[in-house]
Amino acid sequence: MRRRTALARLVPALLVGGLLGGCLGQTPNADNKNNADAKDITLTIVANSVAGGKNAAGAAWITDWVIPKFTEAEKAKGVNATVKFEANGAADEDYKTKIALDFKTGGGGDIVELDGIWLGEFAQAGQLRPLDDVVGKDTVSAWDGWSQIPDAVQALGNFQGKRYGIPIGTDGRVLYFNKKLFAQAGLPSDWQPKSWDEVLAAGQSLKQLAGVTPIQLNAGTAMGEATAMQGVLPALVGTGKPIYADGKWQGATQNVKQVLDLYRRIYSGGLGDPLLQQEAKGRDRSFAEFADNKIGILLESDYLWRSVVEPTKGVAKMADRDTAVGWALIPAMRPGGGVNNQNFVSMSGGAVRVINPNSKYPKQAWDLMQFMNSAEATRARLGGAAQITQRSDVNNQVLAGDPMLSFVARSVLPITQYRPGLADYPKVSAALQQATADVVSGKSPDEAAAAYQQALVKAVGEGSVAGG
Amino acid sequence: MTRGPAWMLRRIAFYVLIAVLLAFFAIPMLWLASAPFDTKPGLGIRWPDWTTGNITATFRHPYALTSLVNSLVLCLIATAVTTAFATLAAYALSRVRIPGRDLLLYLLLLLSSVVTGTAAMVPIFVMMFQLGLINSQFGTALVISGGMLPAAIFILKDFMDAVPRSYEESARVFGASSRQVLAHVVLPVSRPGIATILVWAFVNAWGNFLLPFLLLRDVSQQPAAVLLRTLQDEGGSANLTVIPVFSLLYSIPVVVLYLVVNKRYGFRFHGGIKGG
Amino acid sequence: MPAAEPEVVLEREVPAPQRNRRAGSRAAATDAAGLGRARAVGFVAPALVLIGVFLVFPALWTIYIGVTDYQLTGAAAAAPKVVGLANFLSALNDGLFHNAVWLTVLFVLGSAVIGQNLLGFALAWLLRGVRPWLRRTVESMVLLSWILPSTVVAYLWFAVLDRNGGTLNALLGTPGTAWLVTYPMASLIVFNTWRGTAFSMLLYTSALAAVPPSQLETARLVGASGWQTVRDVVFPHIRGHVLTNTLLISLWTANDFTPFLLTAGGPNHASETLPVFIYRQALEGGQLGYASAVSLLLLLGNLLVALVYLRLLRRRG
Repeated sequence: MRRRTALARLVPALLVGGLLGGCLGQTPNADNKNNADAKDITLTIVANSVAGGKNAAGAAWITDWVIPKFTEAEKAKGVNATVKFEANGAADEDYKTKIALDFKTGGGGDIVELDGIWLGEFAQAGQLRPLDDVVGKDTVSAWDGWSQIPDAVQALGNFQGKRYGIPIGTDGRVLYFNKKLFAQAGLPSDWQPKSWDEVLAAGQSLKQLAGVTPIQLNAGTAMGEATAMQGVLPALVGTGKPIYADGKWQGATQNVKQVLDLYRRIYSGGLGDPLLQQEAKGRDRSFAEFADNKIGILLESDYLWRSVVEPTKGVAKMADRDTAVGWALIPAMRPGGGVNNQNFVSMSGGAVRVINPNSKYPKQAWDLMQFMNSAEATRARLGGAAQITQRSDVNNQVLAGDPMLSFVARSVLPITQYRPGLADYPKVSAALQQATADVVSGKSPDEAAAAYQQALVKAVGEGSVAGG
Repeated sequence: MTRGPAWMLRRIAFYVLIAVLLAFFAIPMLWLASAPFDTKPGLGIRWPDWTTGNITATFRHPYALTSLVNSLVLCLIATAVTTAFATLAAYALSRVRIPGRDLLLYLLLLLSSVVTGTAAMVPIFVMMFQLGLINSQFGTALVISGGMLPAAIFILKDFMDAVPRSYEESARVFGASSRQVLAHVVLPVSRPGIATILVWAFVNAWGNFLLPFLLLRDVSQQPAAVLLRTLQDEGGSANLTVIPVFSLLYSIPVVVLYLVVNKRYGFRFHGGIKGG
Repeated sequence: MPAAEPEVVLEREVPAPQRNRRAGSRAAATDAAGLGRARAVGFVAPALVLIGVFLVFPALWTIYIGVTDYQLTGAAAAAPKVVGLANFLSALNDGLFHNAVWLTVLFVLGSAVIGQNLLGFALAWLLRGVRPWLRRTVESMVLLSWILPSTVVAYLWFAVLDRNGGTLNALLGTPGTAWLVTYPMASLIVFNTWRGTAFSMLLYTSALAAVPPSQLETARLVGASGWQTVRDVVFPHIRGHVLTNTLLISLWTANDFTPFLLTAGGPNHASETLPVFIYRQALEGGQLGYASAVSLLLLLGNLLVALVYLRLLRRRG
């Protein structure tokens, strides 16, 4: 946080008229040659991770590894670097608001972690700018790390074909299933459904078990983005078309209706628990129930495996995770019916580190970025745990010991899709969430689709919606 | 007075009613008594499987205790400023006619509802940034006070209106200066009202999340209200090992404050808040 | 309503036309301590400065944002435009806004005007005659529910209303009922009654102390029932208190954000009161212009409620 004295700012702050209009839209001006040779630098890293809270391991990595090592390395070059860490532990929307306010006022950290899906919004607001502009084109392309990051993953940090940041890692979604329940229902432990019908058929078998919810497919507005990523979007790519194609968002198309009909079949057919979708803490409960052997099939990302049902540190520990939890690829609606004629589909996302265009030391911030994305730093970040990182070289080493994560890296990432990084996406996602909420609470898929179409047109404009 | 069966029945019904009301208010609190000491605390309530593990985990949390200290600092400043300024203003407004006084007070009361809402966060943030008060506990406390002052003045002025002027008049007759009148007559008489506002302001500041979250950037400066929301993992799932114990710790200061104030001054509206 | 308050306090029995003619009625504003106008201004100044800088200024700015299409991110963040009344018009045509207004009215009527008011009065009335220890215990519990931080209170009520291990389901023998999902508004109304009754109880306790005991005694001697006593003897004395109390708790309830912690406005907007609606528009949707406009509408709503009370207050006596 850079500040002038309070007095120097008091006067302009109280010039009401100018301020009212002026501060709403501020254009940042960064001069990328600024301070390139400074000997005393201060850099701030902002992330939504905090010791003792959200993503504590990431916070520990920054304070205990990145900061001392980077400071040391800079000292060797004769630069006296002070690196600060601004930790947060908030809900994503709160965190996003906070960094948006920072960018807006021309403040904020030098390196900021954010969800890749927000990139477009910040870029369109002029609050973030391409790395080439902030740091310099040659400097950016010269980094040897790019060759280790697959293009699909790099795309997480791109907007309109330009690089804005470096992704931190990625994930993939699968159908988890409880092998114990499957055994009781007479289903195989190496289950791999090939169509939606086969998933629903397995659900019918699981329905015989008392106290078991056969299928959990996230729905409704309370789940927020989880409904999109662990629900609508993987289903939608399974119908053959992503949410955004050829410059248009899908309105009440056949594909959207098919997805909503899938929701109807699950939630009106007694295969899912409609109430759970509507609870404020529904997703937490879905984790707890899965860990408690009360959910048969659950569409989730590898996060569930790593952090939720993880036997020692998870939030809903499953002591017998390694034997009880199975996973399968998400099938397309029917074989070959998925996007790109795939048999199986998935969705991925991930966080990105960007450089604040207002940074006083953009060149040094880029140095720090490279440092944080080196193979050594990436390995240190995992601290022995397995997780899919942005770097292929690191993944090859660390994922070997974990069957689930190497499955995701090997079989899911090649077939996965990413959300379009456009500023309008959150509104579209909200409309999709609403549509599933409507179906879960009893509306017909056609009604829900019509309401969705209306909401979408209102949110993004008629010209950007592909109708049914 | 006949104490027949009807009287008995009525007495029984009366105490049953009191018991039901007491249960209504007491039952929700049970979670605070059980979950902190349960090996597997959940969002439901049950007889705990006793453990002190959660307590250890909470005390080991890097920010749990500092955040409580931060809350204390933040709330003490906000409460002191609110109570002091509101007392002065309420007394003056109660005793001296200032044109348009009541209308003004009332408009402020209404505006405070806008500013305490979410929509005002951009103006407040930008303003605090321009003032260089981001990351300042003092600055944050001032913003919180600004939002609470109208209601505090409003309530206190009613207390002051109810303090009989004859007290002050007689003190003046005996030659007391107006400062002495204030210190020795007005303040003591309106003490229950001030105490009420003190608790009210403290409680309000204690629970404030959004302002400290946006304005205080350094985790080591953030208050408990912010920390309580950060007790979650990367996917946003609540950390139920720490939350119950921390909730208990977080509740203790307001309860202690209430008990102290109640014991010393009596926590009630002694004639204050006269109806309209 | 406070606009006329001090006068009304002292002149409860005086018909309006006579009010200003009575010299003695200025008592409320008499400068008994010899403060003097200059010092009075000095007393008010610190509060006014703080309010001016940290309340009026941002509030006016918020109102200004309400006439722009300002967003936190995206293209409209870079160059916000003044759109005039467009935000207000779209609010009036927004089904979700109508829903929020209706739910807010329901929430205020159910939990404040009826719930907290009645329960607060009932407690004040019932606790007059009981033993001090019992009175202290009940009062402490009621007050505790008022002063606990709302984040903590939210967890307490999750435990009460929880679908599986919830206390309420255990007591009623209704396992599996998801109260917050099936009956979101009813749950919130009961919750907020629990949460806020303390204020009404405190206020009515002090108000009841002002009812002359002789009149209560008379009522008892003529054999009036409890209800008759309250209606004919007590109520005329505390009418002003009832109105002030109802006004304050209504405003507080209308602007209360705690419902968000319990239901996040769900399921499917079924408990999305105006403050929650504003929050979701501002933070989740990033639509700050729109959210600010709705805040202003909420303020106007508050004003309207206040004016109604003011009229009621003027008419009494």
